[in-house]
Amino acid sequence: MAGQGSTAPLRRHYPGPPGTHITIRGLVKRFAGSALYDGFDLDIPKGQIMSVFGPNGCGKSTLINMIAGLIPIDGGEILFDGKTRQDTKIGYVFQNYREALFPWMRTLDNIAYPLVLQGWSKDRVRRRLDELIASFGIGFDLHRYPYELSGGQQQTASIMRALAPEPEVVLLDEPFSALDFEMTLFIREKLQQVFMDTGTTMILVSHDIEEAVYLADQVLLLTKRPTRIAEQVLYDEPRPRTVDTLSDAGFVAVKKRTLEIFQREVRR
Amino acid sequence: MEVESTDSGRRRKAARRAWPRLRAGQVKHALLPLLGPVLLLLAWELLARSGWIKPILLPGPWPTLQTLAAGLAGGALMTDTLMTLMRTLQAFVIAAVLGLPLGVLLGSNVNAYRSVEFVIDFFRSTPASAMIPLFLLIFGVSDINKVAIAAFGALLIVIFNAAYGVMNARKQRIMAARVMGASRWRVFRDVLIWESLPQSFVGLRTAVSMALVVVVVAEMFIGSNNGLGYAVLNAQQVLNVRLMYAAILATGVLGYLLNIVFLLIERLIVHWNGR
Ligand SMILES: Nc1ncnc2c1ncn2[C@@H]1O[C@H](COP(=O)(O)OP(=O)(O)O)[C@@H](O)[C@H]1O
Ligand SMILES: [Mg+2]
Repeated sequence: MAGQGSTAPLRRHYPGPPGTHITIRGLVKRFAGSALYDGFDLDIPKGQIMSVFGPNGCGKSTLINMIAGLIPIDGGEILFDGKTRQDTKIGYVFQNYREALFPWMRTLDNIAYPLVLQGWSKDRVRRRLDELIASFGIGFDLHRYPYELSGGQQQTASIMRALAPEPEVVLLDEPFSALDFEMTLFIREKLQQVFMDTGTTMILVSHDIEEAVYLADQVLLLTKRPTRIAEQVLYDEPRPRTVDTLSDAGFVAVKKRTLEIFQREVRR
Repeated sequence: MEVESTDSGRRRKAARRAWPRLRAGQVKHALLPLLGPVLLLLAWELLARSGWIKPILLPGPWPTLQTLAAGLAGGALMTDTLMTLMRTLQAFVIAAVLGLPLGVLLGSNVNAYRSVEFVIDFFRSTPASAMIPLFLLIFGVSDINKVAIAAFGALLIVIFNAAYGVMNARKQRIMAARVMGASRWRVFRDVLIWESLPQSFVGLRTAVSMALVVVVVAEMFIGSNNGLGYAVLNAQQVLNVRLMYAAILATGVLGYLLNIVFLLIERLIVHWNGR
């Protein structure tokens, strides 16, 4: 597979260690001439949740948008199990749910939209929706329009839409930061449960260190720009993690370490 | 007996207390919009009675309203109103059918829009009435002419607004569709057109008002023997002042009702707007 980049030196795309899903090699991204990413390498493990944490403006959103193929890259290569973006099904959950759902469609049609795009039959769509509704334990009326729902319900619907086509990768860009605390807790649990059910690879951008650690198998800490990997902190507490986990010695230790690295990087 | 009367008295007192409190607010709100028209009619009546202005120039409101009502209830004014309405709607439909797709297409290709932006802005800023002589050369003194020039004026407004609606589409909705695998065509069909609707409707509403204005002007100055523009001008020339005011009021009523109808349609179709 040839590199997409024109400026990056031609290097063989070497695979990651066993269990790697997404390999990023020699990634280059510039804005107005100055490099945000310059030869960035990363292995993202399969069937795990990786939280991305880093200073404001370090390029977290840009990174997952490049993985999603939403913004072009200036060099390097991103492969999914060796495949290109075109051959990979990706789900994306935006921070701003108001501008992510389509307000001219009923919520149910929003969730079904990616399935309709893929040409699924009416029957198959119906069955998949029933499955999703059951697994999310939806208690509100999905025949309403998105603007008739609460913020939390809209974001729940966004997550259902992202998961509907059974994607190989789910990208979440600060999915909780526009929600109130109660709703955040609820959706966080849903997400954990869906992950335990499906084992889908997830990349979660978060600005809340507790949330980043709580959900993750691995926290990716990024530096200020030009962005590099500061550290990848592993957290292998088995799931389901609960409220008790938050006061667990292991959790507290990982959180503390993550915070220390973050502070070191911000001060640098 | 005693007990009963006290009881009903108490009830009546309670009712009297509750009644005005409940109604005062509602009634005030329902009546507020009527205040303006009532004041206007009163001022008109006073002005007409004062004798400052000759009755030949300003008849009182009642005779005028009577003329209006009689005219609209099957008189010549009704035919004129219907003719003007017909021409306005014809012009509007032409403008909408051509303008919406054109505007959305232009808006979804920024380079295409930039290249015609000046032409659109220039003619949008040119009063359509200034083009009447030109249209006279092309179409002659015909009914088509009045519709054509009104359609021209309305068309530019529709194109401009539809294009802007598309250009200002929420980027994140487009991204959402793309990440789900929508092709360029599906993004256009499922997102861009819908995103442009609120602004397009602003354009359609402005366009129908513009079409009415141009049709009425055209009816005055392009040979015509019906329509509200003709009615106003004709009444003035035969010095039937009461009929002239009635015809002017009919124009206002028509414009106002068209606007209301379009607002209702807009609210029905673009139900998510502003929410
Ligand atoms: N379209 C763009 N044009 C210019 N600069 C951009 C653009 N998008 C992002 N940037 C810059 O790239 C950096 C990273 O942005 P972003 O990925 O949104 O940061 P984060 O999500 O980590 O807060 C920021 O400094 C931002 O100013
Ligand atoms: Mg961001």
